[in-house]
Amino acid sequence: METMISILIGILFAIGTYLILTKQLLRIILGSSLITHAVNLLILTSGGLKDGAPPLIGGKATHFTDALPQALILTAIVINFGVTAILLVLSYRIYQTFRTDDMEMLRGNDDE
Amino acid sequence: MKPNDVILRTVTKFAVVIIFTFSIFLFLNGHHNPGGGFIGGLSTAAAIVLLTLCYDLETVRRTIPIDFKKLAAFGVLLAVGTGTLGPLFDLPFLTQAFGHIDLPVFGNTEWTTALLFDTGVAFAVIGTAVNIILTISEDESEWKR
Amino acid sequence: MMNNMLILPVVLPLVAGMFLVLFPKKILLQRAVSLLALILTGIFSVILLKDVKEQGIQTLQLGGWEAPFGISLVGDLFSILLVVTTSIVAICVLLYAFSSVGYEKETHYFYPLYLFLITGVLGSFLTGDLFNLYVFFEVFLIASYALIVLGGTRAQLRESLKYILINVVSSAFFLLGVAYLYSVTGTLNLAHLSVRVAEAGQDGLLTTISILFLIVFGLKAGLFLFFWLPGSYSVPPTAIAAIFAALLTKVGVYTAFRMFTLIFYHQPQITHQLIGILAAVTIILGIMGAVGFWNLKKILTYNVIISIGFIFIGLVSFTESGLSGSIYYLLHDIIIKAIIFLIGGVMIHLTGTSDLRSMSGLIRTHPSLGWMLFLAIFSMTGIPPLSGFIGKYFITKGIFEADSFLLGTIGLLSSLFILYSMMKIFMNAFWGETILGEDEEKGTTKGLILPIALLTAVSLALGIGAEVIYDYVAEAAQSLLDPEIYIRAVLK
Repeated sequence: METMISILIGILFAIGTYLILTKQLLRIILGSSLITHAVNLLILTSGGLKDGAPPLIGGKATHFTDALPQALILTAIVINFGVTAILLVLSYRIYQTFRTDDMEMLRGNDDE
Repeated sequence: MKPNDVILRTVTKFAVVIIFTFSIFLFLNGHHNPGGGFIGGLSTAAAIVLLTLCYDLETVRRTIPIDFKKLAAFGVLLAVGTGTLGPLFDLPFLTQAFGHIDLPVFGNTEWTTALLFDTGVAFAVIGTAVNIILTISEDESEWKR
Repeated sequence: MMNNMLILPVVLPLVAGMFLVLFPKKILLQRAVSLLALILTGIFSVILLKDVKEQGIQTLQLGGWEAPFGISLVGDLFSILLVVTTSIVAICVLLYAFSSVGYEKETHYFYPLYLFLITGVLGSFLTGDLFNLYVFFEVFLIASYALIVLGGTRAQLRESLKYILINVVSSAFFLLGVAYLYSVTGTLNLAHLSVRVAEAGQDGLLTTISILFLIVFGLKAGLFLFFWLPGSYSVPPTAIAAIFAALLTKVGVYTAFRMFTLIFYHQPQITHQLIGILAAVTIILGIMGAVGFWNLKKILTYNVIISIGFIFIGLVSFTESGLSGSIYYLLHDIIIKAIIFLIGGVMIHLTGTSDLRSMSGLIRTHPSLGWMLFLAIFSMTGIPPLSGFIGKYFITKGIFEADSFLLGTIGLLSSLFILYSMMKIFMNAFWGETILGEDEEKGTTKGLILPIALLTAVSLALGIGAEVIYDYVAEAAQSLLDPEIYIRAVLK
């Protein structure tokens, strides 16, 4: 199972990197979002993908899943959600102001 | 052109009630089972977003006259506020207290200060999530123009 | 030692900021509450400093969950010294912001965002847990995303996009490092990590992970990977640029110091040598920028980069005098970067341009501003008895003790170029013929001089009171060199 997920993480990273290197703003945002998802999966895998009961005291189970990676991912997902929202709003503002979504056009120069 | 969304509107009327109820269930379930303020808040936010999809922003703003930024801030204040109860009794910050109490209808019920903390989290999540979605969708009219 | 006061520097600005979100239009309330919160933070952090000096490292296990299972806050001298300096700078820059930010931005959540930024910075200094470090990083980064774009001019929109994208990618790398480290060691508490890494021995895998962290903190601190920095620090309003230049890169420096003295200190021939090479390249590239540009903001941002490279030299030496020099220089640099960015902001405010070639003779109309810049330049260069001298002296002493003569020479020569680039500002803008009369200026300095004067006074005190402050700094450096002290305080 870990091997499968590792391959999946690799594929997600590859797609994310490809998208970030393109010129279109929206693709870059999608790429960054994909990379964060790959990282989240990696955290989940880092705790080991074993099956066990929820780690709550008082249950009858004898072995539990590691709760820490899940807590970390929850936080990371929320943060990623917020940052992606900021990026989307910002890119929309940029599109309104500059009338382009091509990063080549947004290089900027010193005379402004 | 006005879109024909009879099915969406009809389903939403029922679905929103179900989602709200389920999110309250999730919220209260959180102390001993999977669930809690975060998930409860997020599903409430989902219901509100569904409403804005189905009707328009103005209608939802009128029906739920809450400033979601302020709701989020209030939620964080509440959550941090329960944390400061600990230092008052010379315990570490964020220490929780719990016990059992006999209520007339529900019988023996457990009370926790973590519930207050979770309420704060739920408010913060509802406020932030709805606020983000509303901010993104605010300029819709300009797009169509 | 359990100490609930450790949470206050994090909670006070956070609560104040959240409270202010409820009243976005009441500017006087916003100003009063944010100033009050920061002053209280400053007072409590000074009390904390006294506690740590007298009773050793203070810890707080949130919710009573013992380390390494719960969330720990740890205050040792290194972090508390930074907390104190940060709150002083935050108060002064806030005072500057009162009279420079403007109504439009003040009603658009400037003060709450500013307070969240401070929350994140102070939290990063105080946390004893790698994942919370990530969370606090994100708190101040998200606040900085919003602050950098506040106002929404064309240049701001363009540069903030790059800034955010760079930081999103570097945050992803940070999490990658956290995930790898967790799967190898099974813990994220810094003290526990130090124990586990020491037990297992720092093999190739752990060294690779440490270099991953070096990339992340290098991006945040501007160590070699600083290509994003000049653009994004020169677009926001002065007060925001000043607090960014003073604090944000320094958090990266702090965390790099923490990681490479507490956890990854077993393979210095690989990691510390790499840091040394990066520091040398950073200084040289920073000098090129600082000397080459004629734009005031560009020169100042490249000076930020030079000093980052210089601070890392102390870490490379890994001797007591080198580390204490770095800590001293770090404190000095937080204050001095705030001063020069604020002065630069006033100059641009007065003349309406940031091109040095179109400024001249400001000394006649604004003598106090000119002499404060002059003092700051001398302090940056390291003229005794000003505050830069002590840091530079100990860093140089440490690096020569460690037999890295090339790095030491580069560090010493950098002072000359700093002097040249800053004198270029002074000579062009303040000397020469006065071309702008008092009434032709684009703005007034009303309310802008006081915060700069306060910071200059603090900087002078840091230089003249070196005898007292050096006691604290030396003890902080000793505890950095001996991870046992930190570990024993956290994992009793």
